[in-house]
Amino acid sequence: MGKITLNSVHKSFGDVDVIPSIDLEINDGEFVVFVGPSGCGKSTLLRLIAGLEDTTSGSIQIDGKDATDLPPAKRGLAMVFQSYALYPHMSVRKNIMFPLKMAGMDPAEAEARVANAAKVLNLTDYLDRKPGQLSGGQRQRVAIGRAIVREPSAFLFDEPLSNLDAALRVNMRQEISELHQTLKTTMIYVTHDQVEAMTMADKIVVLQAGRIEQVGSPMELYHSPANVFVAGFIGSPKMNLITGPEAAKHNATTIGIRPEHLLIDPDGPWQGVVGLAERLGSDTFLKIAVEGMDPITLRADGDLTLRHGDKIGLAPMMAKLHRFGPDGKALV
Amino acid sequence: MARKITTNRKLAMTILAWTIGFLIFFPILWIFLMSFKSEADAIKSPFQMLAAPWGLESYGEVQTRSNYTRFFLNSVVLSVGSTLLALAIAIPAAWAMAFVPGKRTKDLLMWMLSTKMMPAVGVLVPMYLIFRDLHLLDTRTGLVIVMTLINLPIVIWMLYTYFKEIPGEILEAARMDGANLRSEILYILTPMAVPGIASTMLLNIILAWNEAFWTLQLTTSKAAPLTQFIASYSSPEGLFYAKLSAASTMAIAPILILGWFSQKQLVRGLTFGAVK
Repeated sequence: MGKITLNSVHKSFGDVDVIPSIDLEINDGEFVVFVGPSGCGKSTLLRLIAGLEDTTSGSIQIDGKDATDLPPAKRGLAMVFQSYALYPHMSVRKNIMFPLKMAGMDPAEAEARVANAAKVLNLTDYLDRKPGQLSGGQRQRVAIGRAIVREPSAFLFDEPLSNLDAALRVNMRQEISELHQTLKTTMIYVTHDQVEAMTMADKIVVLQAGRIEQVGSPMELYHSPANVFVAGFIGSPKMNLITGPEAAKHNATTIGIRPEHLLIDPDGPWQGVVGLAERLGSDTFLKIAVEGMDPITLRADGDLTLRHGDKIGLAPMMAKLHRFGPDGKALV
Repeated sequence: MARKITTNRKLAMTILAWTIGFLIFFPILWIFLMSFKSEADAIKSPFQMLAAPWGLESYGEVQTRSNYTRFFLNSVVLSVGSTLLALAIAIPAAWAMAFVPGKRTKDLLMWMLSTKMMPAVGVLVPMYLIFRDLHLLDTRTGLVIVMTLINLPIVIWMLYTYFKEIPGEILEAARMDGANLRSEILYILTPMAVPGIASTMLLNIILAWNEAFWTLQLTTSKAAPLTQFIASYSSPEGLFYAKLSAASTMAIAPILILGWFSQKQLVRGLTFGAVK
């Protein structure tokens, strides 16, 4: 079981309200990602759930029981830290075994569990090494190993991949997703990287300034962002957000169109000049200067031959156009 | 690009370093050499002195004239006792300041250090009167207390710096792994801080061993450590260089040997945090 409920959780540091008030339900077995720009309170929220920070008011329930005042050790959750937080003076084996030792588990049983976790995480050959002798990816695996041996009711990940290089990050991302499919345990994952959020989550919680901007599945957030912030944050490259007279034509304060929802049409309503062309092989991203608007990004075919200075006409797919009102909220 | 170091430059630097090292060490060497001479030879010019015959007579005289063992034991009790007491107070203090800092933690640390900036002689009279009234004059207990107090700011500062180097996330990880405060201290913090605690301990022992203001002012015979032992040879009856040298050598030898064997630990401890 790993159902976590937050009721009006509020956190302030001194006079600063980091999290004004949050209600959130996380279902058993869900992979939930907290995403948002730095300083949005996502890590604080995770630490509140972990018990590493005390709530100022509100309550946290884990599996139906009030855990608001429980110390971290009593909450039955496991956490993987950004810095891995391995115990440098202990071997990999002892690191992974530490939570079992703390739980007072029978040594033979603990040994068996460590061996099993090491097998799952490809760490069997490294059990007698110290963390200092491991690569970043291996350290991350040890941190995950330490979390899985105790079979927690939920895993908490605090930006676990941000210290890894790009290639390794993609691998580890997949490994964590596979781990979730195998274990079927609730996972809460904090990241500022919307690609991680989109690829891993069952449910994404977008946060800004301590408030939840939107909760939904990755595709819900992609197709129906609730406001301008979510529209701009989810999706890569970013959605084009256009204000002014062009938006007014559509009875909105802001209109948004994703780079992949623009068609090249010589007779299209937006005529412009190609600025920067970024070629990724499969795709080409063009920055297009259109008069009276901020530069527009277009996602086009990789073999597109247009280059800097060429003229281009664009037409948005009307069905994919997002409209937002003066308060930034989506208009239906 | 790596900095180029030519062989000549390296040679010059090596010679310079050795020269400076030798100059600093010279007085100790001279005392050591002088301790093997007779009293009459010791006051001769340097060259005559070096040419004079070597012997252990000064050591023999020092040994018969005063009870080295008693002074030595007092020094051991004083330095080890005050160090252990200081650590017992400083570990929890540094712990609290490093991991649960308050608004005034920095000020508190600064204030503690500021007490070291005051000349000791400034509080000699009140200290002496307090010691007299509490019947602590010339007692080991009194000396251990005063030495603990004198070195406490340095011990707290050193430990604070070491503890600061231990990432908070590791302690949080231990908490998440089910460790209570006791297990956290026992299995995670202490093993990680051992190098720091050890070098603090060593430095404090050395400082306490060599302290020569309070030990001379507050003791006469019963609790007198080796500093008194040396001082007793620079008496008003006139200086006896050879015996004074022999006494000094005997007083500094134990701490010199300790320092020699622990120098790696000391250097590592003192540069901890500066180089990762």
